[in-house]
Amino acid sequence: MNILEVQDVTKQYSGHTAVDDVTFSVPKGCVFGLLGPNGAGKTSLIRIITGITEADKGTVVLDGGKLDGRDPLQIGYMPEERGLYKQMKVDELLIYLARLKGMSKADALKESNAWLGRLEISDWKKRKISELSKGMAQKIQFISTVMHKPKLLILDEPFSGLDPINANLIRDEIFQLKEQGTSIILSTHRMEQVEAFCDAIVMINKGKNVLEGTVSGIKERFKEHKYEIGFRNDIPDNLPSQGTVLEKRGNTLLFQANNEADANAFLGGIIRNGVEIRSFREVLPSVNEIFIMVAGAPVETENAA
Amino acid sequence: MEKLLLVIKREYWTRVRKPTFILATILTPLGIGLFFVVMGFIMTYEGEEKRHVAIIDSSNILGEDVSITSGSGLSFEKTSEALDKLKQDERFDAVLELPPLGDLSSSDYEVNYYSDEGILGVGVLESIKGGLERNVYRYKAEQYGFEKAQLESLDTDVSLERKTLDDSAPEVSTNASYTAMVIGGVMGFFMYFAVFLYGMMVLRSVSEEKTNRIVEIMVSSVKPFQLMMGKIIGVGLVGLTQVLIWAIMIPIILVITQLIFGMDPQAMQEASANMPGSGDTKEAEQTLMIFIQEIKAQNWLLILPLFVVYFLGGYIMYSSLFAAVGSAVGDDTGESQSLTLPISLPVLIAFYMMFAVIRSPESWLASFASIFPLFSPIVMPARLAFSPPWWEIVLSLVVLILSVIFFVWLSGRIYRIGILMYGKKASFKEIGKWIFRKD
Repeated sequence: MNILEVQDVTKQYSGHTAVDDVTFSVPKGCVFGLLGPNGAGKTSLIRIITGITEADKGTVVLDGGKLDGRDPLQIGYMPEERGLYKQMKVDELLIYLARLKGMSKADALKESNAWLGRLEISDWKKRKISELSKGMAQKIQFISTVMHKPKLLILDEPFSGLDPINANLIRDEIFQLKEQGTSIILSTHRMEQVEAFCDAIVMINKGKNVLEGTVSGIKERFKEHKYEIGFRNDIPDNLPSQGTVLEKRGNTLLFQANNEADANAFLGGIIRNGVEIRSFREVLPSVNEIFIMVAGAPVETENAA
Repeated sequence: MEKLLLVIKREYWTRVRKPTFILATILTPLGIGLFFVVMGFIMTYEGEEKRHVAIIDSSNILGEDVSITSGSGLSFEKTSEALDKLKQDERFDAVLELPPLGDLSSSDYEVNYYSDEGILGVGVLESIKGGLERNVYRYKAEQYGFEKAQLESLDTDVSLERKTLDDSAPEVSTNASYTAMVIGGVMGFFMYFAVFLYGMMVLRSVSEEKTNRIVEIMVSSVKPFQLMMGKIIGVGLVGLTQVLIWAIMIPIILVITQLIFGMDPQAMQEASANMPGSGDTKEAEQTLMIFIQEIKAQNWLLILPLFVVYFLGGYIMYSSLFAAVGSAVGDDTGESQSLTLPISLPVLIAFYMMFAVIRSPESWLASFASIFPLFSPIVMPARLAFSPPWWEIVLSLVVLILSVIFFVWLSGRIYRIGILMYGKKASFKEIGKWIFRKD
């Protein structure tokens, strides 16, 4: 069962095609990565899914037609570029944003208090947003996105600008929400972030869908039979012929084989020679590397701001 | 609809609670009160202390009443003592010696006064001179043998009254049109001020929301049009609140300043009448009376509701345009100025036209300007006191309402694209494209 089905969606902005005939689907109850470099069309796509803009062509179906992208009570959307009303107090702002989504005042009050306690910023409830640190403001933004318990959560670059502690905190909350059955779409250009994170991904480049599938499935598809062996002592000089040595680093050896049988034979040869082995693992390509393979262009990766 | 109300509420309350708003709202009437106190003080300034003046009036020109002039901190005492002795008398600050009037037909009369330098100021001397002139006038008249009534009838008030050429047309007094000019001027000025002040408030707030990116979060819950209208209505209510507070506070403060500082308009008039070159007190009083009567005679039951309608129409029309500009520019002030100009220009033109219109309220310019929608919110309220033809009012209102709808629609189209558009320089051509672009 899919929470989201995007079908042949195209969007043009004065001569330039931001989204070019994109099709993909998001399974229910998973964390789904919408990946691509800056300017690939991720935000345009999200704006179409949330109904902020309309597609020139194609359809977007949410939960088999049961969800309305324009209904803010069902969708939680945290845009990449996000700000807050600086002159408002924390609790006032949260209640205002929640009520705009359609929550009742009582519910909004209850949920905002619960969330402020959970993210340990209850003490700041009566302070103005302008007095908050950047990290705290981002917590407030996150609360405002999730406090109405949306069925589908769309987070555009949720970790940009977060310090590691807050990033971990938000990550834990995202997993919690997933446990509770929320479907989550996570859009980012920092692909290494999502490997451990997403169940399935779609890669967008220059407005086009270039790759789609589960993270493990994709890695399986793009694996190059690279393996890493850790030796107890020095790397022996005579190595079996079934693998090509790629790199030697201290006691660690990286080699490539043609297939799994060759890799086994390579390892077996070493063991038969009586060399002690500490570890052996297959090295799968990172999502970032797969993207470069698919898109054929290097992807800029920024360090966290 | 519920969301619109929420947006309006927020826009209203966050503004009204701001210290700067409270200060501006309260300080303005206080400032006006202070202005009147200072003005009153200046006008009735009496010097630092009371001056006691001795009068030598051997030929009894003044008669029994020797108080030549009221106010100015002067008191007079007629005495028969010799000049030399009076000069030494510590009780008197000055001595005024009135020589006999030799020739009644002579229009020159020289009076000497004796005092140290700076005891009697220029203003005081002027009021003594004026008082003496009135007394000599009365004295001469008595000598010629005029009755008091005859004397008063010599002073004739001439007033110019216009009669209509067409017998069936209603009579309009000249005073009425002076009054209308004042009322019109005040109303037109207020409209100009309100459109600019609150329109710019909308512009700033829209571009602020865009610059700090809160708008991205907002549009995930609210339609851009709701957001824009909420802002326009919210700020409009702030404006109405401010105007209402001023309308209540300013008269109260004026009354209080009168009570505390004892400055009533009459005293100020007298003070100004005593000033050199000013007209008769009585005349000024009469003008004021006529003015008050004319104000009362205006059809306020018609004018006030219409004024509110024009205010709302003008405000909504212009502030929606300001909102569109705010959405297009973001934080670039230079850009915002160049885009604001085409909106400010009609407001300015309307403001200057208003002055031409209150000078000649029946000209073709007046008719045109009070129907053309970009000018009518400022020109028509100014013209209402001149009782323009009813069909012009109706036509002007219909055109205004249609234009408000059109401009709000137009601005909504620009706004919805503008608030989510970053990095691109917004030219007029670009903005024109936004109007027709799909969502």
